Amino acid sequence: MANVPADLRYTKDHEWAKPEGKRYRIGITAFAQEQLGDVVFVELPKVGAKVTAKQSFGVVESVKAVSDLFAPLSGEIVEVNTELPNAPQAVNQDPYGKGWMIVIAPSKADEWSGLLSAAQYEQFLNEGH
Amino acid sequence: MPQGRGAALDPIRRGVVYWAPVSTSLKRTPLHAAHVKAGARMVEFGGWDMPVQYAGIIEEHRRVRSAAGLFDVSHMGEFEVEGPGALAALQTLTTNDVAALEIGQVQYSLLPYPEGGLVDDLTVYRLAADRYMLTVNASNIDKDWAWVTTHGAGARWRDISAETGLIAVQGPRAEDLVAGLADVDVRAIGYYRFARGRLAGVSTLISRTGYTGEDGFELYAPWGETERLWTALADAGTTVDAGPIGLGARDTLRLEMRYALYGNDIDETTNPLEAVLGWVVKPAKGDFIGKAAIERVRAEGPKRKLVGVEMADRSVARHGYPVLSGGRRVGEVTSGTFGPSVQKSIAMAYVETPLAAIGTELQVEIRGQAHPARIVKTPFHPSRVKKG
Repeated sequence: MANVPADLRYTKDHEWAKPEGKRYRIGITAFAQEQLGDVVFVELPKVGAKVTAKQSFGVVESVKAVSDLFAPLSGEIVEVNTELPNAPQAVNQDPYGKGWMIVIAPSKADEWSGLLSAAQYEQFLNEGH
Repeated sequence: MPQGRGAALDPIRRGVVYWAPVSTSLKRTPLHAAHVKAGARMVEFGGWDMPVQYAGIIEEHRRVRSAAGLFDVSHMGEFEVEGPGALAALQTLTTNDVAALEIGQVQYSLLPYPEGGLVDDLTVYRLAADRYMLTVNASNIDKDWAWVTTHGAGARWRDISAETGLIAVQGPRAEDLVAGLADVDVRAIGYYRFARGRLAGVSTLISRTGYTGEDGFELYAPWGETERLWTALADAGTTVDAGPIGLGARDTLRLEMRYALYGNDIDETTNPLEAVLGWVVKPAKGDFIGKAAIERVRAEGPKRKLVGVEMADRSVARHGYPVLSGGRRVGEVTSGTFGPSVQKSIAMAYVETPLAAIGTELQVEIRGQAHPARIVKTPFHPSRVKKG
């Protein structure tokens, strides 16, 4: 079974969000990286960019596919993982750690509660998504 | 051969995937059960349910470059043609000079249309004085069969695709691996030569050819015995660190060699000369289908050329992406990937001839952004096929 940490929340597009004070760290799940295969390139926005929940904020390229990254939450990007362009394999090796992508300062506080809990996301995966 | 066309919507992340997941009733190779049992990720390719990866594309790619890999390519098609008219039929159908082939020799060649575009690319094996075998792309079997039997009259044709399994063993340890199972001296088989022998007891046509740029063999075996051969190779392969390789790594390996893939880099609209395949066009041999059209292009010079492109960043240039120069569209990407051995994003692209020189700086448009790129010498990675 895919690794789904209990302290994170998730989207049906297979992103995770982790609360850190008033900000949220964002990445893609173990299931997502497993499906994508070897990640070779990650295109991320710049610090200061505004993102909208469920809209694309970047792109991840694996050897076989190019896929959009969708923002779990609306807000401003306050941090970007600058290691990823040189070490995109971190997304495969450590999707919940070194493979993180951006940190968002949210503009809509209620969006967090609309995300899937770990149990809900696990059930979503078990349904064959 | 794998191809990146027919991009489908990814059910996982709404991106574009280049290997569509398996859906309906697909054809299966004799190794299908072995792939599933080994935990391979299966995808649809040209109507076949094929393994795209086992351990991961990059790991498999590296295994082939450093040790050896086993590829199931049983989906490819094989035709036999024989009789006193076989040579004449093949001379008419193909661009290369079949008369130059010795018994036991293999030739890369093309099947052109009268207009100079390509029905397919293929290899031609001379089995006996007046008997040959053609190996064609899986997705083109029906089209090729109709074409060769219509335009290659005067010879006896037989489609042996359904009775012929095919395993490629590629990599620097491939020779040791195959030699250890063979009852003939496979080390003596030269590049683009073949011999018949038994491998692990299975009657095999052992061909020193491949699609990776590494030394190795392509092993043609009876369909019903292909799994026995595969298992023997896999078991013996543990001693040389060999492992099974999916279509994903097959594509990255061939791309680093700049080998053309039918359906991506060449098709019915591409002339052999613009595809830089003029080396297998032999006008001196006499008349053949498409000769006049191809020679007209030779006289005028091709308007575009298939070049090797290296991206300045790691973004991947994929099939159909525009190539730009000075803000103008000057070409199109036909294949692209991240090259695990060269550690760069690489691509093949048709570019207007005046801009096709090595060193030319261009851009590839990726998601609306112009990414810097440069035309480079190919192969992208040095070929290590057995010479002589």
